[in-house]
Amino acid sequence: MVGLNERVMSHHTIEVENLSFRYPDGRLALDDVSLTVAPDEKVALVGPNGSGKSTLLLHLNGVLRSPTGTIRLGGLPLNDRNLGQIRAWVGLVFQNPDDQLFSPRVYQDVAFGPLHMGLPEAEVRARVERALAVVGMGDYAERVSFHLSVGEKKRIAIATVLSMEPKILVLDEPSAGLDPRARRHLIALLRDLKQQTMLISTHDMRLAAELCARAVVLDGGRVVAEGPTEHILNDADLLERHGLEKPF
Amino acid sequence: MNFSLQERYRAGDSLLHRLDPRIKVVVTLVLIVGIVMTPSAAWPAYALLWVLLGGLALLGRLGFWRLARTAGLALPFSLAAATLMFTTPGNEVLRVFGLVVSDAGLARFAAVLLKSWLAVQAALLLAMTTPFTDLLWALASLRLPQTLVAIIGLMYRYLFTLRDEAERLMRARAARSGSAANHRSGGSLGWRARVAGGMVGSLFLRSYERSERVYAAMLARGYTGRMRALDPPPLRWQAVVLGGVPLAALAIIQLLAARWWA
Amino acid sequence: MLPILALHIPDGFLSVPVAAAGWLMMLVLVGVALRQTRDQLGERQIPLMGILAAFVFAAQMINFPVAGGTSGHLIGGALVAVLLGPWAAVLVMTSVVGVQALLFQDGGLLALGFNVVNMGIISAFVGYAAYAFARRMMGETFAATAVGAAAGAWLGVEAAAIATALQLAISGTSPLDVALPAMAGVHALIGIGEALITVGALAFIRQTRPDLLGQPGRAATRGAGWVAAGLLIALAVTLVSPLADPNPDGLERVAEDHGFIEAAQPPAYEILPDYTIPFIEDAALTTIVSGIIGVLIVGGIGFGLARLAVSRRKETTGAG
Repeated sequence: MVGLNERVMSHHTIEVENLSFRYPDGRLALDDVSLTVAPDEKVALVGPNGSGKSTLLLHLNGVLRSPTGTIRLGGLPLNDRNLGQIRAWVGLVFQNPDDQLFSPRVYQDVAFGPLHMGLPEAEVRARVERALAVVGMGDYAERVSFHLSVGEKKRIAIATVLSMEPKILVLDEPSAGLDPRARRHLIALLRDLKQQTMLISTHDMRLAAELCARAVVLDGGRVVAEGPTEHILNDADLLERHGLEKPF
Repeated sequence: MNFSLQERYRAGDSLLHRLDPRIKVVVTLVLIVGIVMTPSAAWPAYALLWVLLGGLALLGRLGFWRLARTAGLALPFSLAAATLMFTTPGNEVLRVFGLVVSDAGLARFAAVLLKSWLAVQAALLLAMTTPFTDLLWALASLRLPQTLVAIIGLMYRYLFTLRDEAERLMRARAARSGSAANHRSGGSLGWRARVAGGMVGSLFLRSYERSERVYAAMLARGYTGRMRALDPPPLRWQAVVLGGVPLAALAIIQLLAARWWA
Repeated sequence: MLPILALHIPDGFLSVPVAAAGWLMMLVLVGVALRQTRDQLGERQIPLMGILAAFVFAAQMINFPVAGGTSGHLIGGALVAVLLGPWAAVLVMTSVVGVQALLFQDGGLLALGFNVVNMGIISAFVGYAAYAFARRMMGETFAATAVGAAAGAWLGVEAAAIATALQLAISGTSPLDVALPAMAGVHALIGIGEALITVGALAFIRQTRPDLLGQPGRAATRGAGWVAAGLLIALAVTLVSPLADPNPDGLERVAEDHGFIEAAQPPAYEILPDYTIPFIEDAALTTIVSGIIGVLIVGGIGFGLARLAVSRRKETTGAG
């Protein structure tokens, strides 16, 4: 694996060009998708279920790979040689924290990323503490993941990627399943993360409006609209056509 | 089949809780081997072993009697050994429905029961004072293959999640079954088994698909097939000495048993 | 299910040498299973095996009423063997039985070796062998899968029960002429539940994800037939050996006579043999050890032959 400092990221962009992806069962999940997110920008990715949002996100750190189209992260093309580096740069937070938190204990989970980046133990421990502190879960290091509430799990899921100190954060449905208070905490937490470029897939239009200046609408695997979040969310016709809803 | 699906670990800060889990694993195994090897008729040895385990229970603030009671959970299996009472030759002490209970048979049966009960106490002491996650790294540093430890770690992580899913499936089945739970609901045996089989199949698919998502989550954080873990803390000599105390007691009991009570 | 009939042997029921033999068998076969599943599954080995172990654990809770207040439920070795191959089943079941012992004291720690061998290894291999046989005889149809899985599930449970009875008998805990018919008889019924649930689960999976059936690649089954044959031969040999003399006296009388009766005036030289293995004569111990060596040799030859066969097939067909 290439060490973190060997290649310094020039700019934290997400660049996707003409990406198409077909599942093994023949279903076309992404159809010629192009998308750019500028450094430190927060962009919302909205669209109905099955529109290809999660599939797109899974491409951004190479969990899924497609032969058609190109993906560049921080200017670096995603290929076999850069895979380790890109996985360290791009923190991918899955929709279901029960899938993301696969270690018995919180500490082990937050340490997993740094450990697999090959960092020395002292650095791993320092990063775990910092990451847990950022999400406000410093006291939870020794807890067993199973016993946590959904809101706590979500915050720790974010900590598990923050400990890798990513330049880019990709979040899938961060507010799904949260009660109103946990949701507020999460929005505040994401707003305070100013160092990262963010792509947030969500059904939560108010979260999109609060966090993201720009929004991209995906439907049927295609980008059908793109623009300032405010405009998109006020376009009732557009929203209805693509199975979405105006945030009153 | 499982006596209880509640974890047995009792949070605490006793000497026993704080003892290095590697030492606890080794001491537990040696204690169990010692208990099982005790000569059958060495009755005073059983009493002393019980005192030893009870003392450890007090040290772990688990309660002498509570440990003894909880350990009774393995006793039902002991009926498997009950026939020893009738088949072991010896002097008749009792007749049950025309079957002769011999003194030697009774002694053999009692010995099996006692050994089983004492061994469960030893295993319980370990489980009640050691979080399972500590047990995992202890087993890894005792040379259990890292892959197997990682598999068991993942199993433990999802054990209760999947148990809850199984319970939801069973509640859904109960909600749709016309008759009360203690009443046989409609359908043939084959039909009932098919329903249960369908639930198992659906649980399998959910688990299989979850394993794919977890695999993706692991890949996303740099997993390449080899599990890495933080180094375990160094083993302190104080822990080794502490672990030696119950083992020394065991050795003395066994020597006494071999010399005078066997 | 009545706990007395369960297959989880607690500590105290197996003598130390018998338990040690179980640990040895477990260590060897689990070591092989780790390598085999790694070759087949690669990086997916850990998440798949770990979560399926949790699945089996949870699936064992799903019961269905049989009759008279008893209920049937799954053990699972055959089901996992049919879905993912016998070696994967060995790993999954080893994790299940190990966690049941460590976390819930369901089955002993010293007895863990044979508990894993009985419920994990025997049920997986016997189950898989029956399934593979049915597919060979009847073709690669779902009918063959169902028949093979049902037969495999039943035989797997039955073989595990017989093995348990043998281990108890060899340990001098339960005479074979009582334990064998009791265990085999009851598990002949329990095996029917196992077979029905296994087939029900496979039918559901066939409807929803047919791609998962018939998936175990050839690599996952390398040496499986030989291990199954070895286990069956070992069972058969032990059944007819002097160890398993249906007359309990044959095995134990000498120990009885010398143990209990002379215990009152124990001569010094008797301390050790009586101390370590009160019920087993040296001859019996030798038989166990030679039995294990026999199984290992059969297994070793099996691997060699199977590997040869696999590489030859690869050469001729070019398929893996």
